[in-house]
Amino acid sequence: MTNHVELRPGAYADSVTLLQVSRAVQSLDGVLAAQVAMATALNIEVLTEMGFAVPVEATSNDMVVALRLADGDALTAALAGVDQALRDANRRPDEGSPEIAAPRSTRSALRRTSDAVVVVSVPGPSALVEAMDAVDAGRDVMVFSDNVPVEQEVALKRAAAERGVLVMGPDCGTAVVGGLGLGFANVVSPGPVGIVAASGTGCQQLLALLDHSGVGVTSAYGVGGRDLSSEVRGASTREALRRLDEDAGVELIVVISKPPAPEVAAEIEEYAAGLSTPVEFALLGAGKPDLTAAAEVVLRRLGHDVPTWPVVGEADPGEGVVRGLFVGGTLKSEAQLIAGTDGGHTFVDFGDDEYTSGRAHPMIDPSLRLEHLARAAADPATGVLLLDVVLGHGAEPDPAAELAPALAAVGQPVVIAVVGTDGDPQGRDHQVAALVAAGAEVHLSNAGATRRALELIGALS
Amino acid sequence: MTTPEAVVNVGADLLADAVADQATAVTRVDWRPPMTGTEADLATVAADPLRRTANERALAAMLDVTASLVDVAPASEVLGLQPGEFLHAGPPIEWALASGPLRGGLMAGAALEGLVDDPEDAVALFESGSNVSLEPCHHRSTVGPMAGVVTPSMWMFVLEDAATGRRTYCSLNEGLGKVLRYGAYGPEVLTRLRWMRDVLGPLLQRAVRGSEPVDVSGILTQMLQMGDEAHNRNRAGTLMLLRDLSPAMVTSGMDASDVAESLRFIGGNDHFFLNLAMPACKLALDAARGIEGSTMVVAMARNGTDFGIQVAGTGDEWFTGPAQLADGLFLGSYGPDDANPDIGDSAITETAGIGGFAMATAPAIVRLVGGSVPDALATTRRMHEITLGENPRWTVPVLEFQGTPTGIDVSMVCRTGILPQINTGMAGKVAGVGQVGAGLVDPPAEIFPKALSRLAELARARA
Repeated sequence: MTNHVELRPGAYADSVTLLQVSRAVQSLDGVLAAQVAMATALNIEVLTEMGFAVPVEATSNDMVVALRLADGDALTAALAGVDQALRDANRRPDEGSPEIAAPRSTRSALRRTSDAVVVVSVPGPSALVEAMDAVDAGRDVMVFSDNVPVEQEVALKRAAAERGVLVMGPDCGTAVVGGLGLGFANVVSPGPVGIVAASGTGCQQLLALLDHSGVGVTSAYGVGGRDLSSEVRGASTREALRRLDEDAGVELIVVISKPPAPEVAAEIEEYAAGLSTPVEFALLGAGKPDLTAAAEVVLRRLGHDVPTWPVVGEADPGEGVVRGLFVGGTLKSEAQLIAGTDGGHTFVDFGDDEYTSGRAHPMIDPSLRLEHLARAAADPATGVLLLDVVLGHGAEPDPAAELAPALAAVGQPVVIAVVGTDGDPQGRDHQVAALVAAGAEVHLSNAGATRRALELIGALS
Repeated sequence: MTTPEAVVNVGADLLADAVADQATAVTRVDWRPPMTGTEADLATVAADPLRRTANERALAAMLDVTASLVDVAPASEVLGLQPGEFLHAGPPIEWALASGPLRGGLMAGAALEGLVDDPEDAVALFESGSNVSLEPCHHRSTVGPMAGVVTPSMWMFVLEDAATGRRTYCSLNEGLGKVLRYGAYGPEVLTRLRWMRDVLGPLLQRAVRGSEPVDVSGILTQMLQMGDEAHNRNRAGTLMLLRDLSPAMVTSGMDASDVAESLRFIGGNDHFFLNLAMPACKLALDAARGIEGSTMVVAMARNGTDFGIQVAGTGDEWFTGPAQLADGLFLGSYGPDDANPDIGDSAITETAGIGGFAMATAPAIVRLVGGSVPDALATTRRMHEITLGENPRWTVPVLEFQGTPTGIDVSMVCRTGILPQINTGMAGKVAGVGQVGAGLVDPPAEIFPKALSRLAELARARA
């Protein structure tokens, strides 16, 4: 048995509060008796009778913490308990009352929220400042904002690495964190795959293909398109890999990215080789497998059969070039790589910065693409139209509602990749049916849709 | 992998909706663009590797300080103030730019020191600038309310941080109405100052030296739970001081009628404790000075012309802008045209998290400063948006004993556009008038981007 008495000059709480605090501390393991009180003459007398020696310099402006412990080892925990009880006693009940104004910064919001992940989508020049609040508080953060200077990304991720925080982004469109979709994310079942993605729509394509194959995904961490560049050097990729490796539910990790900068590739591969979970690199670009091929590799590594990727509807052949009108940047790049540069085909990503300045992303606001669709349909050189429709949280609630009527007015064959899962809020099958009814041929695989479009104009090599 | 319990969303509401649709709690930040032109500096300062720990250190250093009243003595002794040396409130200023109340206070001080017989004659003395010098109180570990004029013969409270032995100083409070600190210099002002010099000062010295040091931090803790915010209301604090000092005053051996007069003077002056609250705040804030990388404000002070701030990470540099007019209530027939712009070092209380920042705890005076009780609660809550932490000792009962908002962060002011809320008295703009009212006042907004810019420059130089 051991006694501990300490004075806290200047600390103050009222007697009722201190009674509650004393009671809370008494209930802790290893605490035989506890009295936390202001050192008034009366309280000193009580403490003395209890057998505690109160220092003579104690005044009524001092708080005295007196603990009787089973043994000295319990002291640290007991003092932590005192501090916690004092904090709890001073804690205001949960906010949410209407007269309390909303927090004005991420920092302020995190003070009110015990365990939160932060999503930042303020304009790029202010994104680092909000995201740094999350890092300061030790909270993971998704930075949806684009236009964040690369040196700010480096600084943010350096600070995050010191704090063990995961920064998803900047310019991260998609993440699934322990089943919670952030940004534009598809609804998937939990399962054996963990994803690290430098590409939002690339990640969504993989989620959709795996979901169709009956393979779930526990977490998909976006890391931002520049993470594996020579400046950022895979800072977030490393942390994401570490998290997925620690997750007992993850059997295979998939990294989707453009090929890393050469000097970064070796570092990341070495890091991945040191993990206990196998890592499959799905690197996108010229001469690399497309996303669908990557999904097939993942399925085989997990011992799954590769299904036939679904196609609904059938478009007629056409004459001319492919006009690709996309909302997903990676999907557009993939189609462009498959089509090659020689055929005079054109591919536009309406999610690119030049189209989104001052307006919403085309996954939210379809009007710009619809305008270009009409223009492409009126162009006699257009042989086939190739589109993507990306479903999931955050995307427009019913994309077919506007797209299907627009397709009805198009003379050329139309091939669409609908990237989504059965569980997505838009209702994938309903979307597909509406588009097929408007004359489109609908694929789940963007690569499949692209090859089909080329085939329709006799351009598939 | 566990699913996050909650999400904080800052930016597009649509992304918050997408989370809410998944039955997960979302806290939506009411984000607005920062003060104009501050984005790049905010990012630089946020990315400064020193910032987080520097601010933690600054806040902890400030909260660690306990202030005790250990002595009362003339400024000539404890500050080494020489004849002709004048201290004043706020950032540095010269006579030519000094406002009416500061001039009035200096004129009264010159007469008190016998440099002139008639205060009016002091104008020529200060205009000539020979044998007189002006210096901010803050440069001499001192704070002064309103004009803040300190002269060698004035008696000073001496506060000490027991752990470090550091000291700060403040003159004795004269009361309200026609007083030097509000720029009055009539015969009654000088008569009172002479009595304070000859009777009150020596008596308080004996009383303090004959007592245990008075625990000023402890009194502040308690007065905040008794309806004082320690800037415009100091009634409970004053009475607690009297409780602690009166036995030793009575047994000082000084003339009983002088003791009675002094007890009456202190008890009748609800602001007497302000001159202890202020140096206690300065003692705490000075502990955070010079912490490289810290964005915490360590002083806000006004001289009636300029409003200046000093920041932990920028040394002794003042960032200044024009002092603003307060919005509030006026005494008698005075009106807004009679008021001088904001003056005094007393905003050190807000800098330390009390005064306007603790408005919620002082509902009795919200009308005096032109507000309502809900305004007071909202004000204290709003100040948490721009501060680094809470003071665990200074708590506000009506806010469930939440600590007062403490440690103004220059970055947060620039990010939110929320300015520190200051409670203040209003001096007449003409020298000699005295107090004309009390109200609420803001600092000039531009001084925070100025300080931020300097912090960013220093951070870039370190990088």
